[in-house]
Amino acid sequence: MSEVKFSKEHEWVTVAEDIATIGITKHATDQLGDIVFAELPDKGSNVEKDKTAGVVESTKAASDVYTPISGEVVDINQSIVDDPSKINSDPEGSAWFFKLKIKDKSEIDTLMNREEYEKFAKESSN
Amino acid sequence: MNVKKTTLFNLHKKHGAKFVNFAGYEMPIQYKDGIIAEHNMTRKKSGIFDVSHMGQLFIKGKDDLTENLQKILPTDLKKLSINQSKYSFLMKENGGIYDDLIITKIEDGYMIILNAACKENDLSIIKSKLDSKFELILRDDLSLVAIQGPESKDILEKIIQGVKKIKFMNGNKFNFESEDIYITRSGYTGEDGFEISIKNNSVNKLVEKMIEFGSNLIGLGARDTLRLEAGLCLYGHDINEETSPIEANLKWAISKNRINEEFTGAKEIKRQFNEGVKKLRVGIKPDSRVIARESTKIFDEKNNQIGKITSGTFGPSVNGPIAMGYVSNLFSKSNTKVFLEVRGKKISASICDLPFYKKNYVKGEIDVRS
Repeated sequence: MSEVKFSKEHEWVTVAEDIATIGITKHATDQLGDIVFAELPDKGSNVEKDKTAGVVESTKAASDVYTPISGEVVDINQSIVDDPSKINSDPEGSAWFFKLKIKDKSEIDTLMNREEYEKFAKESSN
Repeated sequence: MNVKKTTLFNLHKKHGAKFVNFAGYEMPIQYKDGIIAEHNMTRKKSGIFDVSHMGQLFIKGKDDLTENLQKILPTDLKKLSINQSKYSFLMKENGGIYDDLIITKIEDGYMIILNAACKENDLSIIKSKLDSKFELILRDDLSLVAIQGPESKDILEKIIQGVKKIKFMNGNKFNFESEDIYITRSGYTGEDGFEISIKNNSVNKLVEKMIEFGSNLIGLGARDTLRLEAGLCLYGHDINEETSPIEANLKWAISKNRINEEFTGAKEIKRQFNEGVKKLRVGIKPDSRVIARESTKIFDEKNNQIGKITSGTFGPSVNGPIAMGYVSNLFSKSNTKVFLEVRGKKISASICDLPFYKKNYVKGEIDVRS
């Protein structure tokens, strides 16, 4: 598996061959607070880079989840829909959101590595 | 405008509070453990709420003050015994609500607890309607702290002996660190609890004691989920100048024997009492886990808009989404099926009875003999 990459909208991506796994970062969940609702894209649908692909809601507010790369949704993580609190407890592990069949691998190069993302997250929360 | 801070600000900070600007005050929205943990802590054990941003208005006077105040408020103040509290409203002539409040009869007059965002306006309204001989003081030398939840009575009793004897919606004077304090048995969570009015210079000590004896600081985030589960209105959202107490389903707070008497808004309230109203505040429960927030439009089965949501969140004790709002009275019966427009989709929901979470108020240990 490739190194994990990050978007400015606080999503993470890992790539294995032509399949990308996408979720939201620990930094995002810390900002959101307790997540109580998650909505995921439909399996088989096509999602486009930087467009809405889902929703998470905390007790306070709703936030869109964007997809950092384009592709066809080949799998979704139903367990986070059934128990959204999993997103808070393991955001960058078992609480992934959806898997894509990657449309354009070059989109991955536009994303940040961990070091860049951590710097970005720190600056954007100040 | 300068953002104000309550006396407990540094204590909140020390306990890891995240702050939010609320009615011009920098208030804790949550602490380290988060809203759901704080909510559950209050329901199961005990929680402390800093509500010092709220207005504490004291009006001094005797019997003629009662007469005067009855011309402003729809509450039967003559029936109030000393240290007894009532929920009431400051209304417009057309029945709209300027503010909702708790009024308590005290030895030398009345104490009124007002919403933070409304308190200055309330003061000027009351001042303009009262005889100028009555002294009105909005006290900013006092803090207000609530302690709520089933273990609160035992925690507070350890600090201030005798509080367990206070009956619900009653109060009394007590002493803490040789300062006079005033405690009422009331709150905004649907749980048994107390509200303590105390000098700013003693409030840190009191709250630290409460924490030492096992209570926990709770932010405005959990305060909102707790009060919504309890079916209680948030001023500026569920009630405002465009809604009357009758429309808000708060008829019970208007004293029956005052319906034919004179008070601000009386004519309209009487009319609404007799003729009914076109819209009513109701509880709304989405059938799925989707949360419908404030301003969400409500539709009937034929796709006609019948109302709007005024508060909506996730209820941790209910373990699902909950909301309140106004619907046309034809649709206000429990179990009526409605549709909510969330992110462009219509989701199904039902009108339901309030509260979402059953109240746990305690009448006090000394029984009602009076």
